[in-house]
Amino acid sequence: MKKFLDRVLGTALLPALSFVMAFFISGFVIALSDSKVLKLIHSPGKFITTALSTVGNAYLALFQGSIYDPNLARGKGFLQGLYPLSETIVTATPLILTGLAVALAFQSGLFNIGAQGQFIFGAISASYVGFHFIMNPILHVFLGLLAGVVAAALWAGFVGLLKARTGAHEVIVTIMMNYIAGFFILWILKTTAFLRPHRIDPIAPEVNISARLPHLAGANFRLHAGILISLLAAYFVWWLLNRTTIGFRFRAVGANAAAAKTAGISVGAVTISTMALCGALAGLGGAVHVLGSEYALTADIAGSFGFDAITVALLGRAKPLGTVFAALLFGALRTGGRTMQSNTTTPLDIVLVIQALIVLFIAAPALVRFVFRIKNLKTQDAMTSKGWNG
Amino acid sequence: MKSTLAKLSLKTLTATQRRQTRLLIVLFILSLVELKAFGVSNHAHAKTTFGFTLGREWVIIEKWMIDSRTGCFIFSSLAVLGSLVGLARVRVKKGPGLGIGLASFSLMMGFLCWAAAGKFIPITGMLQGSLLLAVPLVFGSMSGLLCERSGVINIAIEGQLLAGAFASGVVASLTHKTTWGLLVAPLAGALISTLLATFAIKFSVDQVILGFVLNVLVIGLTNFLYKKLLIPYQSTWNSGPSFSHIEIPIIGKIPIIGPIFFNQTVIVYLMYIIVATITFSLFRTKWGLRTRAIGEHPSAADSVGIDVNKLRFRNVVIAGLVSGLGGAYFTVGSVGTFGKEMTAGAGFIALAALIFGKWTPMGALSAALLFGFADDLQGTLSIIGVSIPSEFMLMVPYIATIIAVSGLVGRVRAPKADGIHYSRGESH
Repeated sequence: MKKFLDRVLGTALLPALSFVMAFFISGFVIALSDSKVLKLIHSPGKFITTALSTVGNAYLALFQGSIYDPNLARGKGFLQGLYPLSETIVTATPLILTGLAVALAFQSGLFNIGAQGQFIFGAISASYVGFHFIMNPILHVFLGLLAGVVAAALWAGFVGLLKARTGAHEVIVTIMMNYIAGFFILWILKTTAFLRPHRIDPIAPEVNISARLPHLAGANFRLHAGILISLLAAYFVWWLLNRTTIGFRFRAVGANAAAAKTAGISVGAVTISTMALCGALAGLGGAVHVLGSEYALTADIAGSFGFDAITVALLGRAKPLGTVFAALLFGALRTGGRTMQSNTTTPLDIVLVIQALIVLFIAAPALVRFVFRIKNLKTQDAMTSKGWNG
Repeated sequence: MKSTLAKLSLKTLTATQRRQTRLLIVLFILSLVELKAFGVSNHAHAKTTFGFTLGREWVIIEKWMIDSRTGCFIFSSLAVLGSLVGLARVRVKKGPGLGIGLASFSLMMGFLCWAAAGKFIPITGMLQGSLLLAVPLVFGSMSGLLCERSGVINIAIEGQLLAGAFASGVVASLTHKTTWGLLVAPLAGALISTLLATFAIKFSVDQVILGFVLNVLVIGLTNFLYKKLLIPYQSTWNSGPSFSHIEIPIIGKIPIIGPIFFNQTVIVYLMYIIVATITFSLFRTKWGLRTRAIGEHPSAADSVGIDVNKLRFRNVVIAGLVSGLGGAYFTVGSVGTFGKEMTAGAGFIALAALIFGKWTPMGALSAALLFGFADDLQGTLSIIGVSIPSEFMLMVPYIATIIAVSGLVGRVRAPKADGIHYSRGESH
């Protein structure tokens, strides 16, 4: 038991300390950019108290917007107060899937920046199947998700194929393909196949009722079955990596491609199948997002799910369980950030700063060690991508 | 038939010549397609007009009108000729540059004759616009070049440009002086670069991940401050002046060339100086030799007494100065005010230009100009209303980059030690 506790503390300590440092620094940014605070610069006492209350209010709103809001619970019961938490889970659902798409790639030594584009193709395909057909609900949902998975797997598999055949670096190719996907969705939303009748703005028809994922907690909450799919996918990735030969090959190539090749593993095949699987996961994210909560495809459907996925995977140390927790945390920051923005004039974008700082500190354990004067801070296998020639 | 002939002779050719042959065959096929589609089978009789003047330069030809079909016919025939000449030159083991150039230029002109049938294309204006759109790409790719030639991957170009744009916009607005904006922009870029260098070199953080995170950090910070300060207090924080164009005497009056290159803002002139300096220094000075050495083989450089990490740190910071200055283009260099995420991925296209240009200053410059041209062509064509969806035109630089890194136009090779942390005693 003690060993187990040590292990948990050991693995959680670095993220926790990075978290504290990130919030601390962002607090300074929030306080020092506030006009009310800046006006009091000549009276230090008031300056400090106002600064503290500004930051405190912002972080309180962040919490209320993402976990529990007593104002919502008033008169309606405790459960209604948890509405923000349900929203956090709704935001985290696609984020878990895109995060897994990046994490799995890391395990094979690939840096998949393309989750954004893969997500877009998943969303486009699922949306089309969703609004174009009417059929048995179970079959329809399944086909919608499948369409998203297949389209994105092909899109990402192409990156793997290019890398295996020509050595084109996946970082460059996926960055470029994100842009291509971004322009592609702008274009396809203008085509007659995707234009909603009687509308001229780029928005696709809503998916039919039969294609929608069922709600889990009644009609008042947007919480949908997508979270179960995400958790299943996380379990699948864990199982694949730790319990199958394929997963072993993935990790072997990730650890040392040259050694894996000598051992008779086809690096090219691993690269292609990893990328296709990553695409499948991110595409599933896009499909779940459309069929679970958005229903209609818009140009901005992917938001920043694909980019946040990278910080999520980095924070989760590219492990499936870690990715789930990281996605929930960033989902909470996103959801709470919206409340913070509307209640306290602190823009949502501070969340990006917090995310970036957390990941930065986690990537530099030496700095955290130095700041907190901890000698034996446990650092896991540093996550690396390979340079342009790798 | 042509391709089988070419294949037969491929074995006796070097890798470069094989690549040139492939490229020429592609050009040849494209020319034939253009000749058939826009020349022979095109029955629309409209005139295409090309404009060559912008107003203040000496005028030789003001505009040139040609029947769309005739133009397509002439230019695509020229393109066929060019690619054949190129192929013939390769066969006799000579450089096919002229053939490739003629074929590409004529293909482009033939396409324009078709695309702008019955319309007006301002050639000089388009080229001037291309150069302007290429400015941040050039600065960004020079920054990437300085980093990566020293062995540090710089994905944070986007962040450096954005930081430069933000700082110059805000400072110019607060001081009402464009000069202050121009001076502060490089410092902002260097600040991001210092973070990059510190974490990459001192804490040996993975450089690709690091660059990515720094971009998120800068986007987050500038978005935050934009909403918190620049929007509510726009008149003080975000209403900066911008540079006006300066025409260089005499050479600014040369037709076509003058208005494109020598009637620009001070930032564009600084760009010429920086590109020339970097090109010269990298290949002709001690610093350049050392920089290339630590990027290719740091342990060898170390063994002759070069402090690898110190030089890397210094070069990364200089790179930040360059891209930060490029960021000033977005604000004081053009519109004056700062907009949320206004760099819009220019940093990544700059990175693409660097790779497309095979990590050489001239290559990166040409690639950046090409991307600028593609971007401007897209804008021009959508204004005159061409049937190709603008989204597909916008994809061109990105598709071109994928083709480039896939080795279809030649193998691209990064500096050998690019992205690898160096510490003495570790073997790489």
